[in-house]
Amino acid sequence: MKDLLGIRELKKEAIEDILKTASAFKDVLRRDIKKVPTLRGKTVVNLFFEPSTRTRTSFELAEKRMSMDVLNFSIPASSVVKGESLLDTIKTIESYEIDFMVIRHSSSGVPNLIAAHTKASVINAGDGINEHPTQALLDAFTIMEKKGRIEGLEVAIVGDIMHSRVARSNIYCLTRLGAKIRLIGPPTLIPAEFLSHEQIKVFYRMEEGLKDVDVIMMLRLQLERQGKGFFPTVGEYFKIWGLTKERLGLAKPDAIVMHPGPMNRGIEIASEVADGPQSVILEQVTNGIAIRMAVMYLLSPPQGGKS
Amino acid sequence: MNLLIKNGHILDPSQGIDSTGDIVIEAGRIKEIVLQPSAFSPGPSELKVIDATGLYVLPGLIDMHCHLREPGYSHKETIRTGTRAGLRGGFTTLCCMPNTEPVNDNETVTEFILRKAYAEGACYVYPIGAITKGQKGEELAEMGKMYEAGCVAFSDDGRPVMNSLIMRRALEYSKVFGVPVISHAEDVYLSEGGVMNEGKVSTRLGLRGIPKEAEEIMIARDIMLARLTGGRLHIAHVSTRGSVELIRRAKAEGINITAETCPHYFTLTEEAIGNYNTNAKVNPPLRTERDIEAIIEGLKDGTIDVIATDHAPHHRDEKLQEFDRAPFGISGLETCLSLSLRLVHEGYFTMKDLVSKLSFNPARILGISKGTLKQGMPAELVIVDINKELKVKAEEFISLGKNTPFDGWTLKGMVVMTICKGELYEYGNREK
Repeated sequence: MKDLLGIRELKKEAIEDILKTASAFKDVLRRDIKKVPTLRGKTVVNLFFEPSTRTRTSFELAEKRMSMDVLNFSIPASSVVKGESLLDTIKTIESYEIDFMVIRHSSSGVPNLIAAHTKASVINAGDGINEHPTQALLDAFTIMEKKGRIEGLEVAIVGDIMHSRVARSNIYCLTRLGAKIRLIGPPTLIPAEFLSHEQIKVFYRMEEGLKDVDVIMMLRLQLERQGKGFFPTVGEYFKIWGLTKERLGLAKPDAIVMHPGPMNRGIEIASEVADGPQSVILEQVTNGIAIRMAVMYLLSPPQGGKS
Repeated sequence: MNLLIKNGHILDPSQGIDSTGDIVIEAGRIKEIVLQPSAFSPGPSELKVIDATGLYVLPGLIDMHCHLREPGYSHKETIRTGTRAGLRGGFTTLCCMPNTEPVNDNETVTEFILRKAYAEGACYVYPIGAITKGQKGEELAEMGKMYEAGCVAFSDDGRPVMNSLIMRRALEYSKVFGVPVISHAEDVYLSEGGVMNEGKVSTRLGLRGIPKEAEEIMIARDIMLARLTGGRLHIAHVSTRGSVELIRRAKAEGINITAETCPHYFTLTEEAIGNYNTNAKVNPPLRTERDIEAIIEGLKDGTIDVIATDHAPHHRDEKLQEFDRAPFGISGLETCLSLSLRLVHEGYFTMKDLVSKLSFNPARILGISKGTLKQGMPAELVIVDINKELKVKAEEFISLGKNTPFDGWTLKGMVVMTICKGELYEYGNREK
């Protein structure tokens, strides 16, 4: 495999391979010296056409843990303003003899376009409303750690499904691993296509959807959706779809609460839940580094260290 | 130009001709049509003889919906290249939409286009004027002056007239001139931000969808306004099953409405976008099998009168972009006839029906004296080998727009020769 563009095209075995490899790298992160020489001499460019702090930092740390040389480009402020086309930017960067390109972009399909025009391995760090594969992988890894399995689990994904690449990648990933998905949110934010999927159930009310679930995955509500007709106000949104302690009580007693961050406290999730004992939100952050190390390890050609 | 086209299958719906015969062209005009079996032999004149045995001889095709991009966007297409691309596709008449820069919303721009077409165009060009100033949908453009200057229809193509009152006025006012108002039917609130058909594939690709209702709601509205006003309504680029049904019912009711579709809407589904192929990004978007079936049915039963190209050439760099940013449009002039011939080969309708939709009907709708092989008319005709295979090579398009989703396809049937403005253009396998 040259690129990681999305979960959609990954087979179950490939996903499991990444999760297994990440487990080994997580051990590395527990050591005193948290760095391995595996990808020494390789160069990676983090190309972020859309602002991001968490994902970019997580990738950068994973890359440094693998001993790679790291370049960071935040494009919105520079080339696009100067009028350079996307492919010219890519060709320029490729001339630096780059091994990996980590791409974040606000348009769906951009990593696919770039992958077709470069020899470097392309890793999708989130494209438009399409996919965010490493987030889904780290979520699956976290569930695996906490629950010991994914097959047969009831996972609720709550919020703006329509515009969420995190939701989309998680749906592909978790259904492939045998989980049952419940999507919960206002009908304006759930694509109709999900209504007829055999592993997916759609609920419009938290009270129905959260009953006896094993995992609750909250999505970040993009505040700019307010006033666009998707829902009237964030206040009303929290009243109906916010994850409160009472609503959490509907899930299984050992249910875990996840969030890809950054959170809007009091809008999609109550603070006492975010900081409560069932929350695994900070562990997701740690696991993100292990997953990203694993992905780069598996994508690098054999001479890069892979047997 | 003096020519004798011998032994071709002459098909001219305007005269009800559908049989083998000869055509004599003298001084660029049709002098005589001699139908078999009378073995015609020319005198010892200087006629160049073209043997059209086994070929169809048709009136030049008329594209009532294309974009020639001049003035303003000559990096996408020019009148010089667009008209030559047209000839290669069998078109001797092109009607160009007004979304140029500046917009063709006044007689000066209309005159510019006509002068340019006269000087540089290889085939005939009829401009379509804007319905509203700047295509902004706010106030009527000077339709009367543009009509006097040579516009044959009015449209804000690329944009709808969202304001129902303005659309009503346009349908009323244009009655003075008896020309159609062409509706680009799209509710821009419903389609906002969309880049492809809304459905399974848009969900899978994470691309924003345009529901078919965005088109159908506007067609329903425009039908009602046509009923209210008695104006001449023509629906551009029909792409959905529901649209076909609305138009069929309106026609049954006797409303003054005609409609067109384009080859991509009866050939491709939304799946053509595949891995974010921007050459399949077009507005209205490619839909589903069910829609294709309905459009073919609509062509068959006459609900859809015309096949137009909606030729929308773009520069390579504009299509080689993020899917969201790439412009909508397909370069269609050079594949239209071959793609349409599939419907004949597969038995949906006859050659005569096809010629009606590509030549006779557009002439009738626009009220122009084209699309006929009548004696005395300028010789504008196309000779077609309906069985010869054409391998589509975008790089070899004459059009500056190489943006086609049909690159690499093998199509059955191609233009062998086009005659227009006293010139004869021959197209072989690899010739341009």
